[in-house]
Amino acid sequence: MNKALRRKIIITAAAWAVALLIFFPIFWMFLTGFKTEVEAIAIPPSLFFTPTLENYVAVRERADYFKFFWNSIYVSVGSTVLALVIAVPCSYAMAFFVGKRTKDTLVWMLSTKALPAVGVLVPIYLIFRDVGLLDVTFGLMIVYTLVNLPIVVWMLFSFFKEVPREVLEAGRMDGAQPKDELYHLLLPLSLPGIASTSLLAIILSWNEAFWSLNLTAANAAPLTAFIASFSSPEGLFWAKLSAASTMAIAPILVFGWMSQRQLVRGLTFGAVK
Amino acid sequence: MEPTGSLAQGSEMRIPSPSPSPPPTAPAPGPTTDRRSVRTLPLKLPAVLLLLLWSIVPLAMTLWFSFQRYNLLNPTEHGWVGFENYHFLVTDPGLAKSIGNTLLIVGWVLVITVSLGTLLAVLFDQDFFGRGVARVLMIAPFFVMPTVSALIWKNMLMHPANGVISFLLMSVGLEPIDWFSQAPLASIIVIVAWQWLPFAALILLTAIQALDPERKEAARMDGAGPFSMFFFIIIPHLARAISVVVMIETLFLLAVFAEIFVTTAGGPGLASTNLAFLIYRYALLEYDIGAASAGGVVAIILANVVAAFLVRAIAKNIEA
Repeated sequence: MNKALRRKIIITAAAWAVALLIFFPIFWMFLTGFKTEVEAIAIPPSLFFTPTLENYVAVRERADYFKFFWNSIYVSVGSTVLALVIAVPCSYAMAFFVGKRTKDTLVWMLSTKALPAVGVLVPIYLIFRDVGLLDVTFGLMIVYTLVNLPIVVWMLFSFFKEVPREVLEAGRMDGAQPKDELYHLLLPLSLPGIASTSLLAIILSWNEAFWSLNLTAANAAPLTAFIASFSSPEGLFWAKLSAASTMAIAPILVFGWMSQRQLVRGLTFGAVK
Repeated sequence: MEPTGSLAQGSEMRIPSPSPSPPPTAPAPGPTTDRRSVRTLPLKLPAVLLLLLWSIVPLAMTLWFSFQRYNLLNPTEHGWVGFENYHFLVTDPGLAKSIGNTLLIVGWVLVITVSLGTLLAVLFDQDFFGRGVARVLMIAPFFVMPTVSALIWKNMLMHPANGVISFLLMSVGLEPIDWFSQAPLASIIVIVAWQWLPFAALILLTAIQALDPERKEAARMDGAGPFSMFFFIIIPHLARAISVVVMIETLFLLAVFAEIFVTTAGGPGLASTNLAFLIYRYALLEYDIGAASAGGVVAIILANVVAAFLVRAIAKNIEA
């Protein structure tokens, strides 16, 4: 018994040491956001200091921070809603009306993820330039919708598959049309699955940093691109960078922690559940 | 339709879900299902059509441009040049260097994340105090946007004069390292590995937790120590999850971009330019649409080799 407890204490120490080491850069960023710029670059690093909110104030005033924040929300939530609207009927059809080609369709959708963004950067850039979607949030939203569509279809498909067929059968017996079946039975029953699918899509769009860097500028830039503008700054900026970064990642950290388990399923296309 | 029972056999890594899986005798596709399946095309059409457009039109355009002379700075000079862009690409020292860097990034990050991720997964599978909170801290880097993690590492941790790492090195009497000029590629590998380690750990942890406790118990009864347990029970059980992690990470790692964009911009020289960054440079810095497209074709071929394996592995798992 005593031996088991000692083992548990050793493992606790080891695991917490590793966890804190991995988390350290985020913790350090969070801390630096509350320092003055001079304290932020101090050597030896200052651990005890009087916290200040001046960086949060400065970031808000100087860089029109909330415009970029709003762009991020608009683009990631908008693309997620669009992807759901397109994917729900498709996944419903594939999960409940299985045809000869259903499996091939799913595999093909997955394989479109293998098209590297950089391979099609040139045509997308030129098309966007010609139709006036460069540096427009709606353009980025369309791209994210398409990029996430295969994952959303897959996740919804796998959640729909888990809804007990008997319930739908019963509804059908009672004369429910496919539309009623979808809206009044399937969607409410698979709400948790739809929620975690949405969370994953929002997380992926929020953090996406290839298309956002290449397709947007001052107008439509989401937070990923805004933060990148700190890569060639003037003067002392670490504390402000930290404050801006903390605000940029906080909502997504919460979402990520909420949906860790479903995330595994979504990111591995159901290969690991 | 296959019987739903294959769900349980097909995925041995599945964690036990609270709701019992449907009985193996799922309702057979009755006449109602067949009759109504005629009308499912309109439901699927939007998704299929959009993805078809998204995957074919840009691809065809990239291919087309790769055989064109087309520079945005000189748009009048425009025409078919055969393989000239590919010739330019092959003779550019940037291509070999950037493919080499791409493979180095993929290879090293995979080695680091899979090996450390396996150890982390085993560690976090144990019972200890505050496990939930510790796990939450451990997976956090995966949710940090790439531009933020790259800039935090570049400035606050790896800065040669004011970074925490330099401070630690100096306090034990070592010379500080100017990471991004002395070892630019290694620095980027460290940052990217930090981002992807939680991904590997989380997926392998999920897989380990699906391991039948009775199998572990049986092995322990037979006198297996921690090491033989690790190598003969856990590693073989994880084989498939590891292969999935490797393939998915590879698809993303082939395309590392933001981390390079905000830290080294590919330099010094070509030291940290990967294929994605090279193509970006051709396209948006030199406006050479032809060369960028030829590079894009190379990137697509590279990714598809990986994807072929991935798709095959995952396709086995579907019971559609």
